[in-house]
This record gives sequence, C-alpha cells and structure tokens, in this order.
Amino acid sequence: MTNAQEPLVLVIDDEPQMMRFVRLALSSRDYRVIEATTANAGLQQATAHTPDVVLLDLGLPDKDGIEVVRLLRGWSTMPILVISARGQEESKVKALEEGADDYITKPFGASELIARIRVALRHAAMMRETTTAAAIHVGSDITVDLVKRIVTKRGEEVHLTVTEYKLLVALVKHEGMVMTHRHLLAEVWGPGHSEQVQYLRVYMRELRHKLEQNPAQPKHFLTELGVGYRLKLEP
Amino acid sequence: MTERRPDPDQLLSHVREAETQARRGKLTIFFGAAPGVGKTYAMLEAGRVETSDARRDVAVGVVETHGRYDTGSLLIGLELLPRRRIVHHRIELEELDLDAALARRPQILLVDELAHTNGPGSRHTKRWQDVEELLDAGIDVFTSLNVQHLESLNDVVAQVTGVVVRETVPDAIFEKAYDVRLVDLPVGELLKRLREGKVYLPQQAARAAESFFNEGNLIALRQLALRRTSERVDAKVGTYRAAHGIDETWHTGERVLVCVSASPHSMRLIRAAKRMATSLHCALIGLYVETPASLRLAASARARLAVNMRLLESLGGEPVTVRGDDPAAETVRYARERSVTKIVVGKPTHSRWRDVLRPSFLDAVVRASRAIDVHVISGDIESRVAVEPEEGRKESKERATTPAAYAAGVTVVIVATLVAWFTFGRSELADVVMVMLFGIVIVALRFGYGPSLVATLLATLAYDFFFIPPYLTFAVGDLRHFATFAVMIIVGVVVSHLTQRIRDQADRAHQRERRTASLYAVTREVGLARSRDALLDAAARHLREVFHARIAVLLPRPDGTLDLALADENTFATGGTDVGIADWVWANQKRAGLGTDTIPSAGALVVPLKGSRGRVGVLGLFPAAGARLEDADERQLLETFAGVVGSALERTELAEEAQRAHLRAETEQLRNALLSSVSHDLRTPLGVVTGATSALLDDDGPTDEFTRRELLQTAHEEALRLSRLVRNLLDMTRLEAGALKVKTGILSVEELVGSALGRTSDRVAGRNVQTTVPSDLLAACDSALAEQVLINLLENATKYSPVASPIEIVAQVEGDMVAIEVSDRGSGIAEAHADRVFEKFYRVHEGEGGGVGLGLTICRGIVEAHGGTIRVRRRPGGGATFRFTLPAAPVSDADVTPPREAPGNAP
Repeated sequence: MTNAQEPLVLVIDDEPQMMRFVRLALSSRDYRVIEATTANAGLQQATAHTPDVVLLDLGLPDKDGIEVVRLLRGWSTMPILVISARGQEESKVKALEEGADDYITKPFGASELIARIRVALRHAAMMRETTTAAAIHVGSDITVDLVKRIVTKRGEEVHLTVTEYKLLVALVKHEGMVMTHRHLLAEVWGPGHSEQVQYLRVYMRELRHKLEQNPAQPKHFLTELGVGYRLKLEP
Repeated sequence: MTERRPDPDQLLSHVREAETQARRGKLTIFFGAAPGVGKTYAMLEAGRVETSDARRDVAVGVVETHGRYDTGSLLIGLELLPRRRIVHHRIELEELDLDAALARRPQILLVDELAHTNGPGSRHTKRWQDVEELLDAGIDVFTSLNVQHLESLNDVVAQVTGVVVRETVPDAIFEKAYDVRLVDLPVGELLKRLREGKVYLPQQAARAAESFFNEGNLIALRQLALRRTSERVDAKVGTYRAAHGIDETWHTGERVLVCVSASPHSMRLIRAAKRMATSLHCALIGLYVETPASLRLAASARARLAVNMRLLESLGGEPVTVRGDDPAAETVRYARERSVTKIVVGKPTHSRWRDVLRPSFLDAVVRASRAIDVHVISGDIESRVAVEPEEGRKESKERATTPAAYAAGVTVVIVATLVAWFTFGRSELADVVMVMLFGIVIVALRFGYGPSLVATLLATLAYDFFFIPPYLTFAVGDLRHFATFAVMIIVGVVVSHLTQRIRDQADRAHQRERRTASLYAVTREVGLARSRDALLDAAARHLREVFHARIAVLLPRPDGTLDLALADENTFATGGTDVGIADWVWANQKRAGLGTDTIPSAGALVVPLKGSRGRVGVLGLFPAAGARLEDADERQLLETFAGVVGSALERTELAEEAQRAHLRAETEQLRNALLSSVSHDLRTPLGVVTGATSALLDDDGPTDEFTRRELLQTAHEEALRLSRLVRNLLDMTRLEAGALKVKTGILSVEELVGSALGRTSDRVAGRNVQTTVPSDLLAACDSALAEQVLINLLENATKYSPVASPIEIVAQVEGDMVAIEVSDRGSGIAEAHADRVFEKFYRVHEGEGGGVGLGLTICRGIVEAHGGTIRVRRRPGGGATFRFTLPAAPVSDADVTPPREAPGNAP
C-alpha cells in the first residue's frame, strides 16, 4: 500500500475553516490527514494512529495546548508543530520548552506550512537513523564537515572556538527548526547554564560575524526574538 | 371688559412655594392667645392621632408638660428623643438635640415652644431656627406658639399689656407654615384654670404674670390671636385664588416701603409697616438712605441700624440701602422706581422751630410723593418701652477729632493774630479781619468742624482783645464793632460748615471710590483668572484688604463634601471643629457665625458662595483689627463680593466642564473617524477578496491560467493587507486600553534589526537595505514591541519610496539611550505633517493603499511606553528619516566576551 508511505499528519484544531485549509493544503501534497477538534480527541487519535507529525493549535477549548504537548511527550518523540497566534508568545515558548519541535504563527501560507512539516519530518528521520551526513551545506557558501570538523566559507577555512563550533553543531543538528535559548544552552554548555542567555548571545554574534555575509541582515543564522535561534540551510 | 388673568409673577411664586413645600417638611403651628390655653395638649393629641390613625413615625423632640398629669399621660406611647444638656452658670438646661433629631429622622417631630431661646453653645440662638433646619431636612414639625411671640405683633402686645416680650418668631415662619391650628379657650375659662394652678408660670415671671393675666389683656390677646389666624386664612384664600385664576378681591400692585433709620423708633415703624403689608397681602421694602452725615454715625448707631435691618428681614421685608445727599428725594425716587404705593414714615419727634430752619424729611417726602400714599406713624410708644436706651445725639455727630487738632486750631489763630499785628497794626482793621478769616478757613480745611468753631471764637476774641480799642481788654468802645464780630462769627461758622460738608463729600466719594475700585479690581481679576487657584488668590487678596479679615474658602469635592481650597493662618483647619459651621452653611445656604443668629459664638462670619446655577462653595471671614463685619454696609459689600466670586468660580467650573465636554466630543469624533476609516479600509480588501474568489469559483469564470493566477494574487495581497490592518487595530486597542505590558529584557540591536528585516522579507525583498549597526549594541526593551516598531517603520519605508531606492538603518548609542534611524528616499514628510503623522488616523497619503493611519501611532505608543521618543525629519537630498530611541542596556557583552579558547574545529 503506497498510502502507508505517505506521512500521516494529525491536526488538532477547533476552527473548522482552519482545519479545512490545512486539510486541503496537505492532501494536495500527498499527506494523509487525521483530524481532531478537541485536545482529548487529539490525544486519543495520537495513541491510536501514531502519526508522523502533530499539528497542534495552542488555543483549544478543552485543554491547554502546553498540557497536550507534555502529555504527548510523555510517551512519544513524534514531531510536534505548534500553531500560535499573535499575543501567545509566552505559551509558544512554553510549548517549545515542553518539547514541541517548532512553531508557526497565524496567518501562514500553505508553502510555509509544508516547509515546516518537511523539516520536522526530516529531523525525525535523522534522529531515527542516527547517521549523519558528512558535510552539511549552509546556503551555497558555507560548508560544515561534521566528520573532519572543518568549516569553510567560500572554500576558505573558518576558525571557530570550541564553544562556537559546539553551538554551530547544535544548530546544524536541528536545522530549519527553532532552538530555544534554553535548549541551546543545555546542549552546548550542559545543564545548569540555562539562564545565561548573554553567553549565547555573544557566541551567536561571533558565529554571525564569522559566517554571515552581512551580520545585521542574516540569511542563515536567524534570530527568533524572545524565543531562540534558527539555522536556515537554504539560501 | 378687561380679562382678569392671574399675575404671572404671582403664579410663579405660588409654584415655587409649592415646590419648596414638596421638598420641605410641613410645619404645623398650634397657636394660642396666652399660656395655658392648651396648645401643648392639643399638639400631643394631634401627634397621637398621627401615630395611631395615619401610622406615621412620630417622635417628641421637646415637650414641657410642667408636671401636669393630663398632658404627661399623652406622652405615653410616643417616642421621646434624648435632650441635649447644657450647664451654664451652674444651671442645667435641657435643649432640643437637633443633630439627634436629624439623625433619627422621624416623619413628624413634636417641638414645643417655637419662640424659645436656646441656651449658650447651641447651634442656633432661637428654636425656630432649629425647626427651620428640621423642615429643610424634610421632617414635618408640630410646634406651639403664643400670639405675643409673633414679631410683628410684639410691640402691639407690649402696648396692650405693658410687658415686653423678648422671645419672638419672624412672621415669615408663621405665614409659611403648612397649617396653623388655633387653640382657643374663653377668657373666663383660662382665668379659672389659672386660679386652679393649672397654668404653669416660671418663678421669675410670676410677678409679671400677675399684671399680664388680667381679663382686659387676655381679651385683647385672644382678639389678636383670632385676627392673626383669620388674616392668615385670608392670605391662603388669596393664594388659592391666585393659583386658580380667581381674582376678584386681589389687591394687585400694592407695595409698602418703610423708611428705616438708625433710630430706635424705627423698630415700631417697621412692625407697623409689616402689619400694613400683611393686611394688604403685599411686599414690604425697607429703605435706608445713606447720606454724608450717616457716614459719621457712631458704632452704636450703626449697630442699631443693623438690628433694624435684620428685624425687617426677619419680618420678610426686603432691605435696601441707597446713597444720596437728600434722603427725602432719594426715598421718593426709589419708591417710584419700584412702584411703591405706600410709604411709611415716622412721626417727627423734634420741635416745631427746626422745621422752620430746615424743611423736615416728612414734609419733603409728602411734597414729592404725589400719587404715593404717605403714612405717618408715631414713635413714642416704642421709646417708652424701648429695650435699648436712647443714646445721646452728640454721639452720632462724633468725629475722630483729636486734642491735637484743637491745639493746631489755636496755634493757627495765634499765628494769624501775630501776622495781622506785625503786618497791619491797629490801623487797617479790614485787612486784620481778612487775615483772621483766612486763619479760620485754614483751620476748617485742615482740622475739621470742632477746631474751626473754636478758632472762630478765639479769632473774634483776639480781634477784640488786640485790635479794638480799648486795647488789651475785651471791652468794646464802639458798638459798630459788634457787627464786625457778628459777621466774623457767621462767616466762620458758615465756612466751617461748608468745609465740613466738602470734607464729608470727599470722604464719601473716597470711600465709595475705594469700594468701587476694589469691586472693579476683584471683578476684573477674577474675570481674568485662568485657573481656580488664581481666582481664589485674587479674591482672597481683595477680601483681606477690604474687610480686614483672614480668609478661608471651602469648595466641594466631587463627592459633595467640602475641601479647604484656600486658608489663611488661624482660620479653618482641615478636620478642625470650626469646619462644622462651614458644613452647615454649605448644607443650608445661609450665612452663619459672627453677627448672625446661627452659631454667633463662632470666630468667623461664614457666607455661602452662590452662582447662577446653585451653590459653589463657602467663604469664611475671620475678623482682624479694624474689621466692621457687623455693619449693614459691609454686609452688603460682602454680599456683592461673594456674588462676584461665586459666579467666577462657577464660570471656571463651567469652563472645565466645557473642556471635558469638548474632549468627549473630540473622542466621539475620533471614534467616528475610526469607524468610517476602519469600515472603509476593511471593506475594500474584503470586497476584492470576495470578488476575486467568487469569480474563480464561478462556473463561467475565467479559464485561462494567467487570469486565474492574477485573481488569486490580488485576493492574496488584499488578504495580507487585511491581516496587517487587523493586527494594527488590535495593537492600538491594546495600547489604548493600557493593556500593553512592557516586558523588558536585554536585546542585541543587531539581532533586532535582523529579525525585523526577516519578518518583513516579503516586502523588503529586492530592496537595497543598508545597515550600520554596532554588533555589541544592547537595548533594554520588550523584544516583540521593539520589533513591531521597526517592522512598522520598515513597512512604511518600503511603501512610500521608489522600489529602486535604498533603505538605511542606522543604530548608535546616545547617552543612556540607543537611537535607531530608518531612512528612505521617498517623497518625505512636510514640516506641517511632522508631528501629526504620529496622531491617530492621520494619513499623509490619503487613499494610496496605505493603512488606517495607526502604524506610526502604535510606534509612538510603544516607544513612549519605553521612555523613548520618536521623530521624523526630512532628509537632505530627499526622503524621510524616522528616528526612535530606546533605553540602552545597563550591562555590556564585553563582560562575557569569549575567553581565548582553543580552536574548536580543525587544528
């Protein structure tokens, strides 16, 4: 059955119009969609079908979206993509800290949604296979060779410090997805440093200045203000 | 036949009376001819009827049963309010507890003896004032009153019985009463009760009572009581007729004017005039003409005048003071002006020959009066029983002439004599007389009436002594010289008199001028005053100066209680005890304190400040040295001042209100602008989206790929615009509702700019954006809000500048702020719009697909919430630069600059 190869997306949203749009956008690109209009129904569906990715609206009528993330993360590592609206910045960050993989802000277009889902699926696949590509291309200029630990920019080697390199690797591992400050700090400096955002800021600045064409108009090392950072591979 | 319609004024006053009656409590008076007729009994009985039959809430404030069983038994079942005890000179007095009664608020309160005088320390001197306050508070009152206590009958009673009654009640109270119930007992019956000891008489009055309670007196009193009651019924019938347009016996147009003076006879005159006015059912005016001579009145005479005027007021008359030289002419002129029909004048008491010398006031009035009746009333009876002894006439002529003035007068005469002696000797007698007269004129001019008379006499004597043979004796050789003496004396006296008159006139003019000047000044200053405080300052300065008093002004707070708005030292203090009197004045809108009948023991005269629409505040005057607040004149002036200040205060209040109304209107206008603007701006994209999508859905719609794509593109762009619009509207709403919470955090400006550019990438794409941002620049702000500012500015820059032109972003630190500039090469913003672009719904580019005019307003709101500023300026070479500041971060990343690390990647 070819159907089984097509990724299964669980959409948890209480707004029928939104649901309709998401369904249309996804099914036209060969995704299978299952729907739930409440948090509880969504949790049931998730247990019953183990979808490849969950699209979760934060403003659900019966349960807090953050709570849903926590419950899902209790037993599964399936990618969770949170749909947030303006004015929900805090709950968005909380949902990310609880384990959601990425977020998308309303209103969004179909292509943006598909791109995010694709990133999430790729990331999940990468985690499963645990095989890492030898060289990662960041845009057309930058290459990160994880095996040789060599970073080049337009063919020339760029010297990074230990921490800078660790940070770059962390971002590369989660490319395309947002990394909250806390996650990055935990991954690079280890637990116990999660509050020292200023270190992160300083090293990010170094990375930007060493790798970006114009650090004030970054193309790859993007800042998600108040949330964290995102590495975008495509130019 | 002329149609008889009720006089509109009459009707109006009737309506007003009905209105006041509806709000006020009703007063029922149990009226009797003498003590012992059973007023208290009747009152208690009526009270019981009200409780048992009408089921009304009745309480007893004060009732004297004088230990009589039948009266006392009526008290059973009625609620007795506690009385207030006052110890005065070791005598315990019990008074009506006014505050307790006001707090208890029964529907009907029984208060015996309306004419009673309250003990010292009470709020009011008289019980009828307590009753007035109870009525004002809406409490009905039952009370008792004897005919001899009625003010207008006071002197008649004194005349009939020979006993002066000092406790009186103004006729107005009696006339305004809701009901007067006559309690009548035949004289024989009353005398019988008296003999049986059923009539209570206070010990000290026992002797007086013996002469009082004789048959003749009692018959006369009973007659008075009956007549007064029937007069009142008459008046009520008149009111009824007026109200119902029945006007057959109505005496329209009658008006009585009584001439008031400082004389003690005036009281009798005023009462007589009141009786006349009552029987004619018409208004009473009391007129006092202030002449130059009256300026020299002694303090005691002034006080008497004030007493007379107050009596007139208490009888319901209208006190009026006019100024002029000729009292008779002024009186008739004023009477004519007010269409007075009867003038009441006192019978002259001086001897006949004075009339020959000077035409009497009476004569002059009678001659000038023409159509006006003149009633002459004698004043001898009052003087027989006058409470106040008549004071010496000299006193009224008294003037502040010091012995020094007399000494100066004498000196001038000596100098004149010496000058005459050495200049002319004894030969030029005519010249000598001239010099002497010159001296007299100087004395008259400089030192006043008395010294000039003395000088006249001295000069004559000196002339005789030194210049008339035989010299150095007072003997006169030639009888012809007596003629010279006579001429000298007559000239001296006439000159003294004339100069005196000039001085008086000058004095009066000066005084009047001072008043006019101060009134003018105060009117002008309070008129100019922009704020309430400036107004109060100006008013207080003038009041202090004119009335020689310390000033305090209290104005109401929004909740209606009084607040001290201005206070000199030693006046009202916040929370002080004296403030009670101000509260009373505020509540009752009557003057109180010093020189009035309400709380006369207070240290201040407190008057209400009224505007045309009602009360506005309370003014307190605390007399300092030189104050004459008791004077009728000063009172009148104070009234005028209070009026001016009151209306000025009202004006500022109205101005403030108008300002608020204007603001409200402006807000309303804004709201309307928002509605029209928003509805337009929402409808346009919605229309496009619906139109485009319906065309696509239509079966007959365009089939070619290009058109379909075009339609979709349009719909998409409009949807995005709609989304931005809604976002701005929501942000604005949050800003306006004060729901904008600034969550300050440390933020790298480089990241801020980068993020904002990322968020606007769809618009900025393809544009040449130049950024000059120091990499270590940190700001302390709310990241989402600061980003919003930058996004709005970037959107504007892309919207209003040519696609090929560059957009520049420059950030730098300035003191403890971070300044960020967004510049474009568009058409720029004209100076005229520079400030207005930040206003709500203000659009420079009307209808160019722009927003609602909220984007920059939101920017300003956010920046100002951070304590920063936002400006726009023209760029040299064209375009606009928007510049905003945010607080710089207190820390620097230099502290955490990465330590020298070993290279992390390739060796």
